[in-house]
Amino acid sequence: MQVVEAGPAVAVRGLTKRFGAAPNVLEDVSLAVAEGEFLCILGASGCGKSTLLGLVADLDQPTAGSVEVLGGKPSLMFQEPALFPWLTARENVELALRLKGVGKQDRRERARDLLELVRLKDAGTKRVHELSGGMRQRVAMARALAQDSHVLLMDEPFAALDAITRDVLHEELVRIRESQKLTVLFVTHNVREAVRLGDRVVLLSSRPGRVVKEYDVNIGQPRRIESPEVAALSVAITDDLRSEIRRHGGQS
Amino acid sequence: MSLLGDRSSGPADDLAQLEAGLDALESQREQKTSRLRKAWAATWPPLVFLALLVGVWQLVYNAKVVDPVRLPSPSDTVNSLKDQFNAGDLQKASWNSVRRGALGFLASLAIATPLGLLVGRVKPVRRAVGPILSGLQSLPSVAWVPAAILWFGLSDTTIYFVVLMGAVPSIANGMVSGLDQVPPLFLRVGRVLGARGLASARHVLLPAALPGYVGGLRQGWAFSWRSLMAAELIARSPDLGLGVGQLLDLSRQNLDTAGVFAGIISILVIGIAVELCVFAPLERQVLRRRGLVAATV
Repeated sequence: MQVVEAGPAVAVRGLTKRFGAAPNVLEDVSLAVAEGEFLCILGASGCGKSTLLGLVADLDQPTAGSVEVLGGKPSLMFQEPALFPWLTARENVELALRLKGVGKQDRRERARDLLELVRLKDAGTKRVHELSGGMRQRVAMARALAQDSHVLLMDEPFAALDAITRDVLHEELVRIRESQKLTVLFVTHNVREAVRLGDRVVLLSSRPGRVVKEYDVNIGQPRRIESPEVAALSVAITDDLRSEIRRHGGQS
Repeated sequence: MSLLGDRSSGPADDLAQLEAGLDALESQREQKTSRLRKAWAATWPPLVFLALLVGVWQLVYNAKVVDPVRLPSPSDTVNSLKDQFNAGDLQKASWNSVRRGALGFLASLAIATPLGLLVGRVKPVRRAVGPILSGLQSLPSVAWVPAAILWFGLSDTTIYFVVLMGAVPSIANGMVSGLDQVPPLFLRVGRVLGARGLASARHVLLPAALPGYVGGLRQGWAFSWRSLMAAELIARSPDLGLGVGQLLDLSRQNLDTAGVFAGIISILVIGIAVELCVFAPLERQVLRRRGLVAATV
């Protein structure tokens, strides 16, 4: 009898990416995200965070190395909600279902459930321009969840929001991730955000992006971004991040 | 139920309320003004200006600064329009011209849409055809009339050819600029959602390019109408049905200045009417759905 060991939800092995003749953007990055884990990738500008997510989402091809995602295609959220302005909130969610081949009757029901999940059940008929930034990002989340993938990739999804809305959406994300049992790969340049959300934080260097260090966040949820535990770990990580950035000043 | 999780707990309710509060604070409140009032606000300033213009015209006429043969009075012009109407010429000519304009426009649409898609999406085609297409836009299509007459004689073909040469570049360029304005992020999102090839074109690319395309249609109509008038003014023959342009030139030959003024006014009125009844509402609807403000007419 063969015993199949459950692999990680996302396995990134020896990933290198460069564009044309430019120097490597990512260099030999290896990561494993366990099923149900919330992993935050942290780095300054130029660490190739977005490039990494693009590779995991199969939008780009790696120069070397491999990516494996359990259960096929992951869903991806961007910094911009990137909702389609010619559709209503509900139609945006329905389009994701439609492109997956979900039938018309089911689409309607699923879209309603998903909007209820992100607490926007009354906003379904609204057009994108009628929604606030936070509401748009929640519709984008409902659309991402409509893909029915258990792996959610997030590329600085809250960076463009005001602090109050961001704080609320952090809590919302934690709640949804638990109820949907999602595996999340979350990219940010905000240290506290990484510690607030992640089970684990991976620090990437810049130019080229390499894995510098990993941190286990042993703080129970619900956490608050203002809490001393979050602050303490954030200070330690920020120190490492700064010394990483300082290296670049010395080189030039 | 699994999707919604446990919603009975206290902290979750707090969060829900917090979110509802934020949503309410940050959502725009729509201001509703009645349609009638909006229409009125848009209508009266041009009407007042028009009345002023006619007033000045009448004053100049009364002062006899210009020879009355060259400058008819407003009432002469209205009478001339009435005469044309009573004789049935005005209706016949208007119908002929509008029919030609509409047919020419539809034919332009059928040619320009695929052309614009090709130029917008296929790089080699764009490099080769793009500059010529935008160049053609600045070529007055009246310049094609002599060539068209040599090729096709005084026929409907000549007229339609000139209309096509006027409208096709406008519509195709509108399509191209609509495609150029599609944010690359939309295409990326489409790919993440699994839209490729035709599905991506249908669900992402084309709807995203629509505002530019509709702008091109609007301009295309203006060019169709102008080109048509140029062609009708130059290409006259008993074989061709009477159009507004021909009617205008007929008045010129009879030294009927009031008739000439009447002709200019009918061309203007028809052009504005089509714009107001077809293209302005179309563009407004497309833009309003996206939360963009329509350019005023």
